[in-house]
Amino acid sequence: MDWSLVWKAAIALGGLALLFGILLAFASRRFRVETDPRLNDLIGALLGSNCGACGYPGCEAAAQAVLDGKDSVDVCVAGGRKVAENVARVMGVEPTMAERGVALVHCIGGLEESVPKAIYQGIDSCAAADKIAGGHKACEYGCLGLGTCMAACPVNAIALDQDHRRWVNRDRCTGCGLCVEACPRHLIQVVPRNQEVLVVCNNRDKGARARQVCSVCCTACKKCEKVCKAGAISIADNRAWIDYDRCTQCGMCIEECPNRCIVRVAPRRRRRRRDLVTAGASSAETGS
Amino acid sequence: MGWAQRMKRALFTRGGVHPEPRKVSSIMKIFPGPNPEQVIIPLSQHIGAPCEPVVEIGDEVLVGQKIGDSAEYVSAPVHSSVSGEVTGIKKYPHPGGHDMLAIQITSDHLDRPSPDLQPVAEPLELAPGEIRVRVREGGIVGMGGAGFPTHVKLDTPADKSIEVMIVNGAECEPYLTGDYRVMLENSEQVLMGAKIAQRALGADRIVVGVEHVFPDVIRVMREAGGPFGIEVVSLPCRYPQGAEKSLIKSIAGREVPTGGLPRDVGASVSNVQTCYAVYDLFYNGRPLTDRVLTVAGDGIAGTANLRVKIGTTVSDVIDYCGGMVGEPGKVILGGPMMGVAQYTTGVPVIKTTSGIIVLRADTMLVEEPGHFTCIRCGRCVKRCPMNLMPYQMASYADIGDWDALERFDLEECMECGCCAYICPTKNPLVQLIKVGKDGLARRRRKMDSLVGTGDGRG
Repeated sequence: MDWSLVWKAAIALGGLALLFGILLAFASRRFRVETDPRLNDLIGALLGSNCGACGYPGCEAAAQAVLDGKDSVDVCVAGGRKVAENVARVMGVEPTMAERGVALVHCIGGLEESVPKAIYQGIDSCAAADKIAGGHKACEYGCLGLGTCMAACPVNAIALDQDHRRWVNRDRCTGCGLCVEACPRHLIQVVPRNQEVLVVCNNRDKGARARQVCSVCCTACKKCEKVCKAGAISIADNRAWIDYDRCTQCGMCIEECPNRCIVRVAPRRRRRRRDLVTAGASSAETGS
Repeated sequence: MGWAQRMKRALFTRGGVHPEPRKVSSIMKIFPGPNPEQVIIPLSQHIGAPCEPVVEIGDEVLVGQKIGDSAEYVSAPVHSSVSGEVTGIKKYPHPGGHDMLAIQITSDHLDRPSPDLQPVAEPLELAPGEIRVRVREGGIVGMGGAGFPTHVKLDTPADKSIEVMIVNGAECEPYLTGDYRVMLENSEQVLMGAKIAQRALGADRIVVGVEHVFPDVIRVMREAGGPFGIEVVSLPCRYPQGAEKSLIKSIAGREVPTGGLPRDVGASVSNVQTCYAVYDLFYNGRPLTDRVLTVAGDGIAGTANLRVKIGTTVSDVIDYCGGMVGEPGKVILGGPMMGVAQYTTGVPVIKTTSGIIVLRADTMLVEEPGHFTCIRCGRCVKRCPMNLMPYQMASYADIGDWDALERFDLEECMECGCCAYICPTKNPLVQLIKVGKDGLARRRRKMDSLVGTGDGRG
């Protein structure tokens, strides 16, 4: 065996390794890009789900925006207060948190209440069902119940029960508004978190027609408008609207509504079940 | 037709499927349709702005009297198809699925014609502009299925010139034979209507396209078209041969550019029945108040080709044909490939209804896909007549990746259903592509609004 082959190869390869090592060492010094060390911490502080609710292409872009001072520490819409606190700690500032609302589905018509007009066969998505002859429900404004909003929710705050009603878990919901955009029927709205009395119907047809398609519909009977002492309820587009600034949450309208489409949603889990029973709205949205 | 031309045609027809024709009604003469007690005439039977009612409840109307009109250019008025009294103006079921504003007229069964529109002595002497005005007044829209107002189609812009006007006699959907029977029984009238349309368009020549499986129609049309110098072309039989862009490709050998219109390649396509309606308007003074449609399927007692008054409800037509047989599974308006299944037989026949297909529940194959499960076999790509990639478009639409969808020409999809028909895993590809189109439109609207406010964030 010729040992010269071995040591020649070793010298050649070792030489190359040394050469490249020097080159790399030089390059890393010479062409170094200065990054803020806080960037990685910030990415760690954010949720990391890249949900896009903030409007940036992902969590890294959002972190960069915070570093550049383009956005405040409460950039993460889905993360809520906890994430904002973490981001503030990294940035070394006081946590500021804009009060975010909570999502509300303006429809509680499930399979029992809302009359179907057709049997739907196809992709399990509201957007897809809406494309076929306006969906399988007779109510052309109501929730289709196939769960497009659930798929859009980054924090799993929306659930669907066996009667195809949507339940928003108010403890989990961060008010990011992704579901608002996802709903093909524009039924979801982000409402103030402390608002408990809510209208849960979006039917814009005249009363008689609305009654034909759903038993929990707003018929624009104006009883709530008359009973409201604060003058917070008005009827427009054949449905009731609550002015959240004026509403005193007295609940008179809930008692008065003949079709049970104004409900009280309670902020805490303990009180919720009892409240729903007293309001007579067994199908109100609630948390689980 | 020389061999070179034949080769060219063979080369230019790509994709497509061959559904079983089931055209049993092709031997049945066109019969007059039922005389309904009431008609429901939707105010939106076309692409474009819906009409406003011009009559009120309690008004007396005559056959052919205008009952709805719009000030918009892309729109067409609607006319009463019976004489009688207006008994309702409200939302009624519409073949499109959504309830639409419609006018209900209770017939007095006298069919007194309205004197509003009169026949023209020499229609071919009229100026093109006047033809368009009259076509609009006659409420004529494309009767092949899309319902695009014909007067808009006949309006050639100054910078474009139409070389060939194609009369669409390629009735490629299974079951449907209405156009076939009209060509067979009213060949001269169709061609006379086409001549009027040609004058309005300023087209050099007229070509009639008929699938080669109907030699009798080709013979009759050639005999009738000879004196006018109208060419009748025999086309290969495949679905969707009768789609506008496929037809232009097959007959003129030209491809309509992405996002373009047939007029961009010097072509214009009109359905056989649209031409007949133009004839009827100019020579008989009758606006578009009836149409020929096929009633077929294994769930109906009597198969027929009927000339049905616009606004007759589907249940009236089904009763007229002897009612349903067995448990009804689906009632489809239009052909089985592109038609829409209805949830009620209370929907009226409108200007674009080419057929009523009743399928029985026990013989109907129902697929319930629920989820998108693609095995990447690529058959949809091979069959797509528009050279699209249905499985990719559907995949991205399914997960809602609108950025990726931008790379595909979704607007080019005409929703012919070849991909869904051929799919071995029975994926609802067309439905997903529709979702994709909608998603992209929403996204673009959002982008536009952001650009408008100068806000870079969503």
